[in-house]
Amino acid sequence: MAKTTITAEQPKFRKESVRRPTVLKDDGFKESLKRRVAGLILPFLLFAIWQIIGSLGFVSKTVLPTPSDIVMAFKNLVVSGELFTHLKISVLRAAAGFILGAGLGLAAGIAVGFSTKTEGVLDPSLQMLRTIPHLAVAPLFILWFGFGEASKILLIAKSAFFPIYVNTFLGIREVDARLFDVARILDFSKWKQIKLLILPSALPNILLGIRLSLGAAWLALVVAELMGSTEGVGYMMMDARQFSNTDIVFVGIIIFAAVGKLTDSFVRLLETRLLKWQDTYNGR
Amino acid sequence: MTVHIRVREKSFKKGQTAVQVLRDIRLELEDGDFITIIGPSGCGKSTLLKIIAGLDTDYEGTVEIGGLPVVGPGTDQGFVFQEHRLFPWLTVEENIAANLSLKDPEIRKRVDELIHIVRLKGFEKAYPKELSGGMSQRVAIARALLREPKILLLDEPFGALDAFTRKHLQDVLLEIWRKKRITMVLVTHDLDESIYLGNQVVIMKTKPGSISRIIPIELPFPRQRAHPLFQEMRQKVLKEFETADELPLIEGLGI
Repeated sequence: MAKTTITAEQPKFRKESVRRPTVLKDDGFKESLKRRVAGLILPFLLFAIWQIIGSLGFVSKTVLPTPSDIVMAFKNLVVSGELFTHLKISVLRAAAGFILGAGLGLAAGIAVGFSTKTEGVLDPSLQMLRTIPHLAVAPLFILWFGFGEASKILLIAKSAFFPIYVNTFLGIREVDARLFDVARILDFSKWKQIKLLILPSALPNILLGIRLSLGAAWLALVVAELMGSTEGVGYMMMDARQFSNTDIVFVGIIIFAAVGKLTDSFVRLLETRLLKWQDTYNGR
Repeated sequence: MTVHIRVREKSFKKGQTAVQVLRDIRLELEDGDFITIIGPSGCGKSTLLKIIAGLDTDYEGTVEIGGLPVVGPGTDQGFVFQEHRLFPWLTVEENIAANLSLKDPEIRKRVDELIHIVRLKGFEKAYPKELSGGMSQRVAIARALLREPKILLLDEPFGALDAFTRKHLQDVLLEIWRKKRITMVLVTHDLDESIYLGNQVVIMKTKPGSISRIIPIELPFPRQRAHPLFQEMRQKVLKEFETADELPLIEGLGI
């Protein structure tokens, strides 16, 4: 009887194996293109209206330069190489601060996540530090480290530290306890438990933490550069403000937005690559 | 592997008072036995299985497998849970191998063999989210088998599956049992399943959980549910239930 049942069930398998490819490719290229175009409609409309208002002379150029003015300013800055020098120093600062802060945040999050003892010792103090606004510690950092790079990088590191710390901690504590039973039955070593169970399970939270930390680092960079510096995109903007070059201020804003978005997209790309196993609602 | 199970007492603390969940359990398993445990919900059958697995060591008594006492969970006691409990971030073959390396040619060979046995060819690289419930449970069984356990413990493994898939998996399990001759203990609340699979059906009762009766099923494999002898056995097991005075608790058994 067992034999006959098995053959009777066979068509079911075939059906499953046919079904699988359709599960794997969900969104077509056309769909994603459509969605992208939909996202561009509003900005384009806004730019058009903006340009028309500026060209007709309703608003003074020092208050609101037109999009074409901004594009020209951007072109000039690119051609003179000024933009590149400022951008380079800004990106280096943000990167250094981010690596320092996020690296420590990740390490602290893992340490606190794994042990309630470490949590008891570290977490209360860290939570207290977390609530201090960046602007409040900025004067202190300047007093201690001067106007040089150290105070800027430390300020950025401070902001990048907390989002990844909190999320890593949370991610580790949210590992399904039932999977720990499986790990015990399969006789996982401590290392395998971390590598196969805890880190993959916490990865969505860790990646979210990285995204938030990147955003925080970028925000802190602006604060640090406006605080007082002689190079960087923030300095370029402050300098332009003094000469009422509003178009350059706009270029700075756009650069901050673009680089911020670019790094965010990079992490999201990482997310889709690393979290393809996730079975969650993607929105419709 | 012969298995001796003695649980004098097991209780859970509920606030200040202790609630006794198991009392005087004695089970002797011969090498290659297929024991099914059936009983009303709350009779402690899952707790008993956890004790045999070594997942629960807070009880009075001993469990010995092949003469060695079980002191904690390990690969000698394979376990299949009601939910598949696969790692969602690992593919089918990675889930089966888990902490063992697929780069090891010996492991690779055995994983491929098991994928063939549980009939998942073509799904080696699929993630759990792409599998049906029955397929996931087959992966879980393969994962347990790869460790070559001395005893395979199954806690209502097919409880959440539809009738067709369940029947199919029962046959897969029987085939594995007959090929590998692993001692198996399966907890279920499905009367037919207990008779279809077991060579002994252990009937448990509640308050406190204890063994009501052990009924040997001497029908040849493969068994046929419609056969008069099968039905006779079914009546016998059913009657045993009715003598246990907790009848209201066995609703939903399909009786």
